[in-house]
Amino acid sequence: MQLRPLAICAIVFFTAGLAVASFANFREFIPGLLQGAWITVQITVGGCILAVVAALLAAVAKMYGPLPLRWLAVAYIEVFRGTSALVQLFWLFFVLPHFGINLEPMSVAIAALGLNVGAYGAEVVRGAISAVPRGQWEASVALNMPRILALRRIILPQAFVAMIPPWGNLFIELLKATALVSLITISDLAFKAQQMNQTTFRTVEIFSIVLVMYLAISIVITVGMRTLETVAARGMARGR
Amino acid sequence: MTTPMVKFDNVTKRYGSLTVLDSLNLEIAPNEKVAIIGPSGSGKTTVLRMLMTLERINDGVIYVDGEPLTHMERNGGLVPADERHLRRVRGNIGMVFQHFNLFPHMSALKNCMEAPIHVLGLPRREAEERAAELLDMVGLGDKKNHYPSQLSGGQQQRVAIARALAMRPKVMLFDEVTSALDPELVGEVLQVIRRLAKEHSLTMLMVTHQMGFAKEFADRVCFFHSGKIAEQGAPEAIFNNPQEERTRQFLSAVLEAG
Repeated sequence: MQLRPLAICAIVFFTAGLAVASFANFREFIPGLLQGAWITVQITVGGCILAVVAALLAAVAKMYGPLPLRWLAVAYIEVFRGTSALVQLFWLFFVLPHFGINLEPMSVAIAALGLNVGAYGAEVVRGAISAVPRGQWEASVALNMPRILALRRIILPQAFVAMIPPWGNLFIELLKATALVSLITISDLAFKAQQMNQTTFRTVEIFSIVLVMYLAISIVITVGMRTLETVAARGMARGR
Repeated sequence: MTTPMVKFDNVTKRYGSLTVLDSLNLEIAPNEKVAIIGPSGSGKTTVLRMLMTLERINDGVIYVDGEPLTHMERNGGLVPADERHLRRVRGNIGMVFQHFNLFPHMSALKNCMEAPIHVLGLPRREAEERAAELLDMVGLGDKKNHYPSQLSGGQQQRVAIARALAMRPKVMLFDEVTSALDPELVGEVLQVIRRLAKEHSLTMLMVTHQMGFAKEFADRVCFFHSGKIAEQGAPEAIFNNPQEERTRQFLSAVLEAG
């Protein structure tokens, strides 16, 4: 546990050192890269929201839905988990127009990454729901609650606490996967970096700054999720 | 003759090839207090769980207040109940569990308000008043904003009793409600049940290992053995003068353990 902050500091100082050591006025790259970072953040946030919604729906449909819905959920999970995120991105961007569906690049990016991570998230949600003790369902039956009410008011709030740490991992995965969207014409952080590198050849500075920027975003996610976990768990020891 | 509040009519429950309850016939009068005793594996907890619809039955019919619970009348015959029917008849029954099963993410008060608001459709104000009253009754008026994790086992179980009562059931089921408690906390829970039995006209079924309590509390004691009622009668008769060898063996084993 102690190694983590140490390692983070080491990486930060190493990259910062490299940038300084090249004696360049690296500040000139920052505005352009920040523009790219803003696009990356937008895709990450949109993708994460979509991922959570898709995962909840898919997990609940797979566990409690009527048969056709259950099949649909299984198909979604298997397809999006079992194929490459890059191919999904290309498929939505280059194949859908052949069927007359034209989407904005940003929408495609958010949809592809959100649905991809949502497929993994569905298993996280399912695991967390199954981990809620059976007695909670039984108490809900004894209080004559319909199943959907019990799920919404009793089971999911408890499952929520257990699913926060794995969601933190998935959000960071999603952040890193956003680098793929530079391949469908979006000027995200990775795209900006490549573009600047091709015109200035200041490889060391540019990619060091990019590294730090990705790291900064992922640290924000980690800290945010940890705070959320503390808040959610407050006053509640998980019951039986 | 009055309609029995609960009636098991030839009810059978099997798990695979194991028969847990074998053609059970049992009638419980309104307001009657029945204690169910017996060795583990005798099917006594299953009786309560079937009545609460936590277990499906394989054969027979259960009636609550004269109405079939597990079945509904259709064209003069009985067909298995659908969810709507089940929910309507189940509303008469409340249950308290061995492990409390309180909702850990809600305060004691919220635990007692949740179902009255969302199932019975009571206005929040009224649900809160009623919940507070019930928590007062179980002696926890000062703990209503505590979460289950901040309460002792005995206190949690008393909240669970208040929560079940908030639904105004006609029948209350108690499934070994003191078995998970430290010995010094058993008394406070039994005290609440004793008051309940005296002050409310509730039909009560209690699976218990507390023979002393069963004796003072119950109008009738049923001794279960291998999925059947081996012997039943007034507490004095069962405890002081059991007719069956199996009852005698069980009682002497339990009383010896203290």
